[in-house]
Amino acid sequence: MHHFLFGIYPYIALTVMIVGSIARYDRDPFTWKSSSSQLLRRRQLVVGSILFHVGVLVIFFGHLIGLLTPIAVFEALGISHGAKQILAVVAGGVAGVMALAGGGMLMHRRWTDPRIRATSSVMDMLILALLLAQLVLGIGTIFVSLQHLDGEEMVRFMAWAQGIFTFDAAAADHIADAALVFKLHLFLGLTIFLLFPFTRLVHILSGLAAPVRFALRSGYQIVRTRRQARARAGAGR
Amino acid sequence: MSHLLDRLNFLEPKAVETFADGHGQVTRESRDWEDTYRNRWRHDKIVRSTHGVNCTGSCSWKIYVKSGIVTWETQQTDYPRTRPDLPNHEPRGCARGASYSWYLYSANRVKHPLVRGRLMKTWRRLRETKSPIEAWTAIQEDPLLRADYVKARGKGGFVRASWDEATEIVAAANAYTVRRYGPDRIFGFSPIPAMSMISYAAGSRYLSLLGGVCMSFYDWYCDLPPSSPMTWGEQTDVPESADWYNAGYLILWGSNVPQTRTPDAHFYTEARYRGAKSAVICPDYSEAAKFGDVWLNVKQGTDAALGMAFGHVILREFHLDRQAEYFEEYCRRFTDMPMLVRLDRRDGRLTPGRFLRAADIDGALGQTNNPEWKTLVWDRLSGGLAAPNGSIGFRWGEKGAWNLEEQADGKPIEPVMSFILDEDRDDVAGVDFPYFGGAATEFFATGDKRPDVLTRNVPVKRVRLADGEEALVATVFDLLCANYGLDRGLGGEWVAASYDEDVPGTPAWAEKITGVPADKIIHVAREFASNAEKTRGKSMVIIGAAMNHWYHMDMNYRAVINMLAMCGCVGQSGGGWAHYVGQEKLRPQTGWLPVAFALDWGRPPRQMNSTSAFYAHTDQWRYETVRADELLSPTAPEGDWNASLIDFNIRAERMGWLPSAPQLRTNPLEVGRAAREAGKTAAEYVAEKLSSGELEMSCEDPDAPENWPRNLFVWRSNLLGSSGKGHEYFLRHLLGADHSVLGAETANRPVEARWREKAPEGKLDLLVCIDFRMSTTAVYADIVLPTASWYEKNDLNTSDMHPFIHPLQAAVDPAYESRSDWEIFKSIARKFQQVAPEILGKETDVVAVPLLHDTPAELAQDEVRDWKKGECPLIPGKTAPNFVAVERDYGAVYDRFVALGPLLDKLGNGGKGIGWKTEEEVEALRALNGEWETGPAAGRPRIETDIDACEAVLMLAPETNGHVAVKAWAALSENTGRDHTHLARPKEEEKIRFRDIAAQPRKIISSPTWSGLESEHVCYNAGYTNVHELIPWRTLTGRQQLYQDHLWMRAFGEGFVSYRPPVDLKTVTDAVREAGDALVLNFITPHQKWGIHSTYSDNLLMLTLNRGGPVIWISETDARKAGIADNDWVELYNANGALTARAVVSQRIREGTTFMYHAQEKIVNTPGSQRTGRRGGIHNSVTRAVPKPTHMIGGYAQQSWGFNYYGTVGANRDEFVVVRRMDKVDWLDRPIGSKEAAQ
Repeated sequence: MHHFLFGIYPYIALTVMIVGSIARYDRDPFTWKSSSSQLLRRRQLVVGSILFHVGVLVIFFGHLIGLLTPIAVFEALGISHGAKQILAVVAGGVAGVMALAGGGMLMHRRWTDPRIRATSSVMDMLILALLLAQLVLGIGTIFVSLQHLDGEEMVRFMAWAQGIFTFDAAAADHIADAALVFKLHLFLGLTIFLLFPFTRLVHILSGLAAPVRFALRSGYQIVRTRRQARARAGAGR
Repeated sequence: MSHLLDRLNFLEPKAVETFADGHGQVTRESRDWEDTYRNRWRHDKIVRSTHGVNCTGSCSWKIYVKSGIVTWETQQTDYPRTRPDLPNHEPRGCARGASYSWYLYSANRVKHPLVRGRLMKTWRRLRETKSPIEAWTAIQEDPLLRADYVKARGKGGFVRASWDEATEIVAAANAYTVRRYGPDRIFGFSPIPAMSMISYAAGSRYLSLLGGVCMSFYDWYCDLPPSSPMTWGEQTDVPESADWYNAGYLILWGSNVPQTRTPDAHFYTEARYRGAKSAVICPDYSEAAKFGDVWLNVKQGTDAALGMAFGHVILREFHLDRQAEYFEEYCRRFTDMPMLVRLDRRDGRLTPGRFLRAADIDGALGQTNNPEWKTLVWDRLSGGLAAPNGSIGFRWGEKGAWNLEEQADGKPIEPVMSFILDEDRDDVAGVDFPYFGGAATEFFATGDKRPDVLTRNVPVKRVRLADGEEALVATVFDLLCANYGLDRGLGGEWVAASYDEDVPGTPAWAEKITGVPADKIIHVAREFASNAEKTRGKSMVIIGAAMNHWYHMDMNYRAVINMLAMCGCVGQSGGGWAHYVGQEKLRPQTGWLPVAFALDWGRPPRQMNSTSAFYAHTDQWRYETVRADELLSPTAPEGDWNASLIDFNIRAERMGWLPSAPQLRTNPLEVGRAAREAGKTAAEYVAEKLSSGELEMSCEDPDAPENWPRNLFVWRSNLLGSSGKGHEYFLRHLLGADHSVLGAETANRPVEARWREKAPEGKLDLLVCIDFRMSTTAVYADIVLPTASWYEKNDLNTSDMHPFIHPLQAAVDPAYESRSDWEIFKSIARKFQQVAPEILGKETDVVAVPLLHDTPAELAQDEVRDWKKGECPLIPGKTAPNFVAVERDYGAVYDRFVALGPLLDKLGNGGKGIGWKTEEEVEALRALNGEWETGPAAGRPRIETDIDACEAVLMLAPETNGHVAVKAWAALSENTGRDHTHLARPKEEEKIRFRDIAAQPRKIISSPTWSGLESEHVCYNAGYTNVHELIPWRTLTGRQQLYQDHLWMRAFGEGFVSYRPPVDLKTVTDAVREAGDALVLNFITPHQKWGIHSTYSDNLLMLTLNRGGPVIWISETDARKAGIADNDWVELYNANGALTARAVVSQRIREGTTFMYHAQEKIVNTPGSQRTGRRGGIHNSVTRAVPKPTHMIGGYAQQSWGFNYYGTVGANRDEFVVVRRMDKVDWLDRPIGSKEAAQ
């Protein structure tokens, strides 16, 4: 069971996320959106949304760098596991509280505003609830972490995560002894990956790219070439 | 291929080139996403159609069809160009029209025929053993079986039926009713033919072939301004919207152009850009108010006072202190101002009496033809009396002198407008004018303590009459100046030399009543008149129905019309009276009439004025609160004025002034048979039996079961959800359904109408509603037939706002099981023809015809005499209605329906008092549509399909067939003695066909049916041909008539215009009002912003834009008083009933007023009322129709009845309601009890 949840389920979740996202992008491109409800009511959204997004982005990149950077890199830089854990707990804790506060506001708004409620899908409600639950679990892990500040447990998570991406069949073994709250956190995280393509979360992919592209654009006025011209050019090649 | 793969093009260079110093960039990214939008606009076909709604837009639309489904609609932009100096018409259309396609596939759509379940159950059981006629007879003659379904009206319980079965019930009911009670017990209500002429004609043709009653609508809607027929002898004729652009000064008076004339509003904007000035007069801060240079926020209901003050200033500055040459000439030639009025002496006091007529003078000034209908002037050239050309006496019985040339007896004359000069007048006399300003109810009161009679000095002349007596006469102009309170140096009281004096008529006086500052009144009046003087009449008043919905609408309107006449604006391009209400202008009218009323098979048709009919048949008269003595003038001549309003209506019907339906208590088929057996004509027989009392007129006993309307068809209308004034009375008495009437019956018993102790409930045997959506009317019907929507049928559509004729076209076939109206009535006719022969064959029907306008009968009664009181003998067509035998063939109703009958060849065609032969057009139709080979209509041209019917209309009408136009102008030329054919000659060869208008909207051809021209030089403007072709107005004097001399007009104080405060309807009584309810507001029902005109407010797109259901508007101050916050649920109630809505609290609204947009369906988002415990009603739940005696006048020149031309109107603005917040909102959504379920 442990092997399935943390050795096989990650592949299922990641596969569904990737294949599902591609399929959705191809088959139903007009559903690829953040489904913002700003038009229906602005109040509570601005503060809630900024808190939530800033918090979540910090957490997301924290996790990404923290888990997937090879251990050797940290060692080469001379960052001790203990120091890294303190950093993770402090930064993650602050960001987590921000995201939780913002997410709570968004949730409250989504449940109580009749217009937003009426226009929300089941998946909209579910994914927000799951994200909040994941935030609570994530903050919950801090209390476990604070009991052993040597950073060893974190190393095990790094090993597991990197094992998954290096197709190490024994990856799950790294975390066999982790506390229950960590396992729940991991499982829920994987489930969110699994649900990703079926929710508005897909806007993460485009939402991260668009501002970057915009910032890096070279011209102020973009003119697209005529399609016939391109087709001819293609034919001539 | 794949969107994702296509984007994986990192190896290709993206930027092809840059430009603008590198700020611009050409890229090569994928453009496939564009296909989505391109496919969105890829359609199988695009069809031209329009919206058959009474909004006057008549806009050409593109209807997009994809895979057999209408996807949406957009505005057409291919209107014919206007002239180089004039903006074009397009694009026409508004958001409301663009939302229409929603209806086609909405849940509100009626998908198949529906029959009330209980009726269906009984019907099917009886039909197992009986014929259709027998089955219907059995149901009607068993009170329990009848009550079983009648009582269930409005409570749901429809079952699906086949077309065959549904039409069989209808046909059997019609046949039974014709045999048992008479064809005049079958009523049909459908409004505004111009919005879909063939759909209207389908039902009216079927009814007319049976002898059924077609009910009027324009008067019932109260959109008909009776002031227009009074002044001009014309129902309503107005400039097209493009003519606004030609105006130099525009007053918008109670008309909210941007909101209610959206597709035309651009001409107003463009006129402003061109430099026109504009004043906007309305009580609320409307969308139009923002357009004005000045906004006069007059207190609602007091417009006449404002108009009087305007007139006072104009007369003072442009007619008295200085005579504007153009105004003087115009008024002398084109108004009745120089006509002489006799001053009647009673108890030593003088009042304005009748116009002096040729017959009053010894030798009748040589006039032998109709001398009692020729009015007189004082001629300066001959120094004596003269009977100038053009008065109505010249119209009938002679030819060639009915024109507006300044001539009498072929000699030029120069009429004297005023006897003010010492050498012109014989004396100065004090003349009494009634004053009503002191009779205002609390909300309108100003503490006015003036007497109710004001005596003012008028210059007069002495005239020797035929009987040797000497009479005092005055010109209308001199009387008018006195009436407006102008001091002319003749001394006496109640006249003002300065605007600051508080004398009735002055700006200072008007300020107190209307709340508009006197300096603003003076300013606007001056600008209006001075522009008209400089431009020869290019000052215009755009006026909505708002002011016309008050009980004393004529005073409001005549005050405005007088201003226009004084300034010479009527009949001038860019000037005049622009009254826009419904889409009443049926441009190809004379081509349409024979098709619509089956005049090709039998004449005359049965037509009824709806206000009087509904007043009687919904028993609103039993609740009448207004007494005649409250309306009567203190200067009324002697007469029997002590009667109820219904009594006046009955007298009017008896004297042939108003039509009747039903007509006689006895079945007219029986009367026809009896007359034939007695060897007498119908007229002789009925005259004899009515005089002896053996026959009775139905109107005298409206509650007798023989006199009930029995079958009612409602199509193209939401009678119960929209226009049904006195909604709750309809429910109670006509339908027998649950109702919320809160008031009690009147204690004042009528003297002419028979009072039955218990008022009947449920008069109708059968209510058939034909609609494409489940409207409020449909939910109360017994049978609902699904009709084609506006994108599913072929039809014609015109408007008064522009000169084009539009088609409606079937972009798709009628959805579900629906059929076009034309096909529906064909189905019913076919069924009728099958089932009726059991009891009906060829029959002689006797039709009562009132004294109609534009026929010689309009000269019937120069004095009021009632045969029933023994004041004169009963002479049909003279002192009473005429009675005409019409042959019906009930076994050939369908065959006749689909063929153009022989009377057109035999009797010709015509309208508005002229006629022409039309065999050529019939022959052309035969060639175009083909002819029937066999059957009762063998050899007659076919009008089988809706397009055939369109072609028939287009072929016969002068507006769409140049050849007919020339014939029509030639016919008129004979009457006037002037050649008018040059107006149509250039277009003689033009013939507009259905396919032509399908290709592009077409401009109509000028015709004498209308008083304006369509040409390359002028926009359509009413009265244009009167002024420029010297064709008389169809009035007594032949001129624009500012003085009304009929006995009843004088009795009710409306000979001249005056300010009359709104009447007291007494509907907020202590008995009705609950303790603690303090807020009482004036209830105003303007037109929608978020509904499709006056009818469709259940459209989800529109509901989404506003509050999703019924709302009322209320001022912040009033809301605070009653503890109402924006969007609170409120209820409004009075003696007539109750309604529920949400409150919109807005600064726009004036204190003391509440607005409820017209016709918000009670089928959407309407909770129960706490006051009644029943579901909240519609806007008409708190109103009741109150007819006005002056509108009943008939047989008197322009004051003669015509269908939708004159008659009682359904006023509804004088109403007050209690407004309160609802603490508890009860949706009445609970399961029915076991007892109800068992039934």
